[in-house]
Amino acid sequence: MSEQARILMCSPDFYGIEYEINPWMNTQRQTEHPVAVSQWNDLRQILGDLGAAIELLSPVAGLPDLVFTANAALIYRDRAICSRFRHAQRQGEEQHDAAWLAAHGFTVETLPDDHFFEGAGDALFCGDTLFAGYRMRSQATSHQLVAKRIGHRVIPLELVDPYYYHLDTCFCPLRTGIAAYYPGAFDDYGRQALGEHIPTLIEVDKDEARSFACNAVVLGETVTTNTGCPFFHEQLRAIGFAPIATPLGEFVKAGGSAKCLTLRLDGEDAASWRVQHVDGFSYEGATE
Amino acid sequence: MPSKTAREFSEAVEIRGHIIDSLILPKVLDAITVAGGSFTIENFVVGQTRHDPSFARVVVAAPTADLLAVILATISDHGASPVTSQDCQLVSADLSGTFPEGFYSTTNQRTEVRVDGTWLEVGRQEMDCGIVVDAARNEAHCVAMTDVDLGQQLVVGHGGVRVHPEERSQTSHGFEFMNSAVSTEKPKGVATAQVAKQLHDARIAGQKILIVGGPAIVHTGSVDHMTWLIRNGYVQRLFAGNALAAHDIEQAMYGTSLGVHLKSGDIVEAGHEHHLRAINRVRRLGGIRRAVETGQLNSGIMYECVKNDVDFLLAGSIRDDGPLPEVIADTLEAQRRMRERLRDISFCLMIATTLHSIAVGNLLPAWVRVVCVDINPSTVIKLSDRGSFQTVGLVTDVEPFLRALVADLARQTP
Repeated sequence: MSEQARILMCSPDFYGIEYEINPWMNTQRQTEHPVAVSQWNDLRQILGDLGAAIELLSPVAGLPDLVFTANAALIYRDRAICSRFRHAQRQGEEQHDAAWLAAHGFTVETLPDDHFFEGAGDALFCGDTLFAGYRMRSQATSHQLVAKRIGHRVIPLELVDPYYYHLDTCFCPLRTGIAAYYPGAFDDYGRQALGEHIPTLIEVDKDEARSFACNAVVLGETVTTNTGCPFFHEQLRAIGFAPIATPLGEFVKAGGSAKCLTLRLDGEDAASWRVQHVDGFSYEGATE
Repeated sequence: MPSKTAREFSEAVEIRGHIIDSLILPKVLDAITVAGGSFTIENFVVGQTRHDPSFARVVVAAPTADLLAVILATISDHGASPVTSQDCQLVSADLSGTFPEGFYSTTNQRTEVRVDGTWLEVGRQEMDCGIVVDAARNEAHCVAMTDVDLGQQLVVGHGGVRVHPEERSQTSHGFEFMNSAVSTEKPKGVATAQVAKQLHDARIAGQKILIVGGPAIVHTGSVDHMTWLIRNGYVQRLFAGNALAAHDIEQAMYGTSLGVHLKSGDIVEAGHEHHLRAINRVRRLGGIRRAVETGQLNSGIMYECVKNDVDFLLAGSIRDDGPLPEVIADTLEAQRRMRERLRDISFCLMIATTLHSIAVGNLLPAWVRVVCVDINPSTVIKLSDRGSFQTVGLVTDVEPFLRALVADLARQTP
């Protein structure tokens, strides 16, 4: 891995199922809080052990989903394009996310009030291109605006299965030109667009997609996911990645997993704009 | 509210972004057709590099307003948003004969303005005007700068205004073979036959035909062709200047046009005075109509106009001799009267006049078919340059054109 990865997480002190805004959530099926805390600590430990610097956002009572920091913003260089949540239940998170990012050196940007956008949950770089999920949470028009602002190609992908309401639940860039995805979450146009722009696409099967296989944290060659994705891990090993499984079932109850619990502050490994440092030299952009 | 055309309801939407790479554009277009609508891509700008977004402006049409609403809701999810979701902005005219600053300047294309959420079709469509809205009467129409009255509500800015360009397809024009608007190198016989067919069809359909003519019609010896057209119902209105009428009357009274004997081609002694003597005689009689009624004017274009109840309008210019009493010397007044008399015209044949052709072209909405015949290609080019895109131009001498036209029509007219 190049320069140390920086990851934003938020401890699950106030995490729980307090409302239902996706098909995973059921207030009758509560989380076991101590288990959730332990699962979160394990994930933090794994990522820290892999060399990432973990930074922490303070949890806030009444904002149970603040733990899913991936939805705070889209990070692009030193800019943070902050989220505008579709659901009122999560809109309270916006100010806390923006305040932390501003306090930590990011230029905070927002979209107009009527544009829903849910950050890295729906906008993921693979190479030079930003892939962007819409319809469930973010709007296609928001992605049009983001594209204009950052000057990168943005490929909007319609999400058609409510269980995969964020793009990061069904699509995971692994490195430039390589990504994993669950085909059932997209329509024909989306599948075709992905196929045309990403040369190596790993298809995740239905059961493992349900275990949040695609919601993975990529750090160099390591790919950390929830447990219950053995076949996906075999697929990863076959192309040289080193998968790690850690139980995150308590967060799946809210519709999130490893990736949702993290926000990569220095840019995802698969983003070609990221400045990488190798042997004292820095270069911008990975080669195709 | 969407607009209602004769056939269907339509609304323009815009889509931006990497709409080709993401297949969003084909997806939107598919969604429209799958739902039972149709679309026209009005404008499409493809990004030059992979980072550049593309842009498409698409007009969505559906047979019912409800279906259109369903389609618009569906495609808006994919980022296709209506071009106009606001009312037009109105400002009260604060000075007669002027527009407010920032006024919307019209085209000659069919235009609609949104008032209280409803699209109103703009009446009296004309280029280079403003749009006055009477919200109480739910009415909007084009207004010339000079005709603005104090307190009228005028549209400013582009918001809440939409324009529906005419299709420029050759088939809708009836001039299938003429791909270029100006043709110097096309077979004239085919072109003339098509003009003849258009005139014939217009007459059969009871449509009104306007001829805008210059004095070359008389100089080239085409008076007989013109009078045939008038007598046989191919002319409902004639717009010209002082010269056409003066030389036509000169010929009727003296047999000359600008002193040249039209039968022999000889220059008649003191012939240059003939047109002045003709004008003077008509002025003494009190006008062209009076000259016909008193038996002083017995032939020619103006004579046939009076005899066949063809409404003629003569607009003056600064170099006019006389002029004839019917000539309207106030150009603004002439413009106003031309506007009024253009409203029911559906076909316009412009023959050998630059000044009047351009003047009328400026006043006509884009859906009126225009054929411009001139020996000088620049007349047609000027018309097109000034926005009268619908003009089909024939670069040819007037006399052979009219002779062939009349011969064609004579075969079709019982």
